[in-house]
Amino acid sequence: MTDALTKLLETRDWLMADGATGTTLFNMGLSSGDAPELWNVDKPENIEKLYQGAVDAGSDIFLTNSFGGTASRLKLHGAEDRVFELNKAAAEIGRKVADAAGRPVIVAGSMGPTGEIMEPMGPLSYERAVEMFYEQAKGLKAGGADIAWIETISSPDEYRAAAEGAAKAELPWIGTMSFDTAGRTMMGVTSTELSNMVEKLPTPPIAYGANCGVGSSDLLRTVLGFSAQGHDRPIIAKGNAGIPRYVDGHIHYDGTPELMAEYAVMARDAGARIIGGCCGTTPEHLKAMKEALETRPRGPRPTLEEIAEKLGGFSSASDGTDDKGPAKRERSGRRRR
Amino acid sequence: MSDEDDLILSELDDGELTEQMMDDLYDGLKEEIEEGVTILLDRKWTPYDILTKALVPGMAIVGDDFRDGILFVPEVLRAAQAMKGGMAILKPLLVETGAPKMGKMVIGTVKGDIHDIGKNLVAMMMEGAGFEIIDLGINTEAENYIGTAEREGADIIGMSALLTTTMPYMKTVIESLSEKGLRDKYIVLCGGAPLNEEFGRAIGADAYCDDAAIAVETAKKLVHARHNQL
Repeated sequence: MTDALTKLLETRDWLMADGATGTTLFNMGLSSGDAPELWNVDKPENIEKLYQGAVDAGSDIFLTNSFGGTASRLKLHGAEDRVFELNKAAAEIGRKVADAAGRPVIVAGSMGPTGEIMEPMGPLSYERAVEMFYEQAKGLKAGGADIAWIETISSPDEYRAAAEGAAKAELPWIGTMSFDTAGRTMMGVTSTELSNMVEKLPTPPIAYGANCGVGSSDLLRTVLGFSAQGHDRPIIAKGNAGIPRYVDGHIHYDGTPELMAEYAVMARDAGARIIGGCCGTTPEHLKAMKEALETRPRGPRPTLEEIAEKLGGFSSASDGTDDKGPAKRERSGRRRR
Repeated sequence: MSDEDDLILSELDDGELTEQMMDDLYDGLKEEIEEGVTILLDRKWTPYDILTKALVPGMAIVGDDFRDGILFVPEVLRAAQAMKGGMAILKPLLVETGAPKMGKMVIGTVKGDIHDIGKNLVAMMMEGAGFEIIDLGINTEAENYIGTAEREGADIIGMSALLTTTMPYMKTVIESLSEKGLRDKYIVLCGGAPLNEEFGRAIGADAYCDDAAIAVETAKKLVHARHNQL
């Protein structure tokens, strides 16, 4: 059976994903440091409002409130034994909102990083990581999620583990990484490396891409890196609405709806087929993005210069996919016996 | 690797050995670092000199290349592990010999946040630079930061966050300090991927530190400035 996202991708040129979860929940009164996932049970009306906001703004896909829904993350809030319940609740609310939309809307079960470092550098074994993601994916599936949406990953091993967890729960999946360190992920993965890695996975994703990170310019540079590899697999662009600033006691992202509209069109022209926002992206931004995607004609693949001109400069001169980056130090190569 | 590339650390003179130790730190070779430290101790180097003339400059190179996008977290973690190996030997000796202290820092990842890679790097680099570190780990509440700083007589409170959902908690900690009339008693540093300088200013921190190397520089500068005031 073909999954709902693949079906939708067959009928449409591009799809719009949603915007921010955290930013929106803060605006509803979530306190910093508290677990957003607990609201799936304690304040379901707020979560419904979060999803509805994206649907009303025209999103074809929205992510469930389950980013920190793995046992290792919920443990901070003493909720590590509620993984299934909280993820199921996140998806159930989503299913209800999507089914009432009157058009096909995909419920994407968000799966964020465990927050732990994997072996051999850290304590988390690959098997344990798979187990935690599997537990989360089972809950999301039971609640009616169409797919698993693995996001903000920085380590290739964790990406593979999350994918295996989703596949084990028989949930089709997509996976995005966060390229926030000189154009690479914190663990040093380049856009090119992710693009080629997903093609070799035993259960490849429906789509892959980039989310969060630094600014929308960096994110588009990453998308250009993906599409340059020439694989057919759909690419996802989900960038932040600018840079976070602290205004009047809360976090505000400085990207305007106009800027995000520009970003959306350029993301499409750069080769992304699923386009959304991340932190700071409100329904207002989404509406502007949707309108721009629907009305502006497809243009040529943007150059880095055009991106910088329209959206602002990049956080680093190179993203590790050209030879212009800083060179590795010369090593003596001598070793003791 | 051919035989002529093989190297016996104990046959190197002091200058070559410290150079080699910087390379070994860069390559994250823990056993080699431990051996190098032991050799220098045998040659009657003071623990403080080993720390400041071999290990710290080595980690500074790692820090610089991390900042410049040449090294990434896995390489830095490996270097940190190697550094830790050397520090484990030196730490008790440093205490014994009463090596100069730069200051004391209480550090932790804020409430609700589990991400401690950056925080651990800062703690390790600060320790390498001669600061005494009290690491509160992850998920740190305001009372824990402040209570520990008060009890331990710390100079610096360092806060880290990776999530946009947890970074505002830094403001809560600073407000709590202010309410207790303790804000000016401490140097407050903050850092983490989603933060920036403007955020640091807006929440009333003394400084935002872009990476671990900058954290060390900033801490040194602010501690020094503070001593000059007194």
